[in-house]
Amino acid sequence: MARITASVYTSHVPAIGAAIDLKKTEEPYWQKVLGGYEFSRQWMEDNKPDVVFLVYNDHANAFSLDIIPTFAIGTASEYAIADEGWGPRPVPKVLGAPELAAHIAHSVIQQDFDLTVVNRMDVDHGLTVPLSLLCGETKEWPFKVIPFAVNVVQYPVPSGMRCFRLGQAIRRAVESFGGDLNVQIWGTGGMSHQLQGPRAGLINREWDNRFLDRLIDDPEGLANVPHIEYVREAGSEGIELVMWLIARGAMADVNGGGKPLLRHRFYHVPASNTAVGHMILEETT
Amino acid sequence: MPLDKPYKDVPGTTIFDAEQSRMGYALNQFCMSLMKAENRERFKADERAYLDEWPMTEEQKQAVLARDLNRCVELGGNIYFLAKIGATDGKSFQQMAGSMTGMSEEEYRNMMISGGRPASWKPEEKK
Repeated sequence: MARITASVYTSHVPAIGAAIDLKKTEEPYWQKVLGGYEFSRQWMEDNKPDVVFLVYNDHANAFSLDIIPTFAIGTASEYAIADEGWGPRPVPKVLGAPELAAHIAHSVIQQDFDLTVVNRMDVDHGLTVPLSLLCGETKEWPFKVIPFAVNVVQYPVPSGMRCFRLGQAIRRAVESFGGDLNVQIWGTGGMSHQLQGPRAGLINREWDNRFLDRLIDDPEGLANVPHIEYVREAGSEGIELVMWLIARGAMADVNGGGKPLLRHRFYHVPASNTAVGHMILEETT
Repeated sequence: MPLDKPYKDVPGTTIFDAEQSRMGYALNQFCMSLMKAENRERFKADERAYLDEWPMTEEQKQAVLARDLNRCVELGGNIYFLAKIGATDGKSFQQMAGSMTGMSEEEYRNMMISGGRPASWKPEEKK
């Protein structure tokens, strides 16, 4: 059967993508960010999955205000890189995992999560910056990707608990797939940041680190945190962090299995407007 | 039962909810059109004429022409859509976010490097 072997969490700040694409990675400002991913790139090479189920949000690129799906799963065989207005990032196109994606869509909808199924979409920095951070510069991405886009742009976004329960449903879906596949699930976005209004530039180091602590040890309790706390404490765009709860909900320990192993934890302020958080949890069974 | 909108009193913050989205539909869709290089060129060649192709309010058009992002947000714009205007102007996300705070670009950048704005910030604390 297909197995979830690890979950990876990371911010997806667009400026990190720009720094990589414009060859600014040696600058001290960016070294402080990218240094936190050196371990992870080696770890990815040593623990290469077949498929990454990548939870992210679209930033007004694939989805305009014409249609606003709360949860959208990509079932295509490939995805082009979006032109977000600065021209597309010069990174490889993303190859999908259509059979596993269709299986997950079917299973998760039957578990009462009403997913939107997407057969064509461009992917933006929310998806490609995590790939760059974990895989470096490459001619092709070393695994297939199932893009899973969550609406965190237009309020109300799904609650933390809804996301956590969805993660649990995704685990059941993956484990019921016949093929023998090594699957990782990534939760991206955050950490604290606010990009709009006179309050732009908000960062909350203490809150973010408490979020990371609880994501490891008390994810279900963390899933009860209401939206308004994210807005007040982590900024209007800090709400993206609910997506990390989807990945966390898919781990064994919250589905009757053993505790995961914390392989890596990193936190840094700032990357552009944003606090960068990153963590790797590996399954032990 | 009325809708619960506890985020209305967060200082210096407009939450982009279904009501803002309804108001800002045309404004945000105009922004979205700037994802195409040919549209960026047409907009740059004659901003007013390009805006007049969209069923936006006059206030929204004026806010775009003035690049007053706070006003755009108030009138239903969302920052991820408005970012397409910034991209067309060659501005980074940091420059755009900073422009809404009343700080200079350097002041804002330095604030971020020294740890950002505290969550306890209130507008009257601004100098």
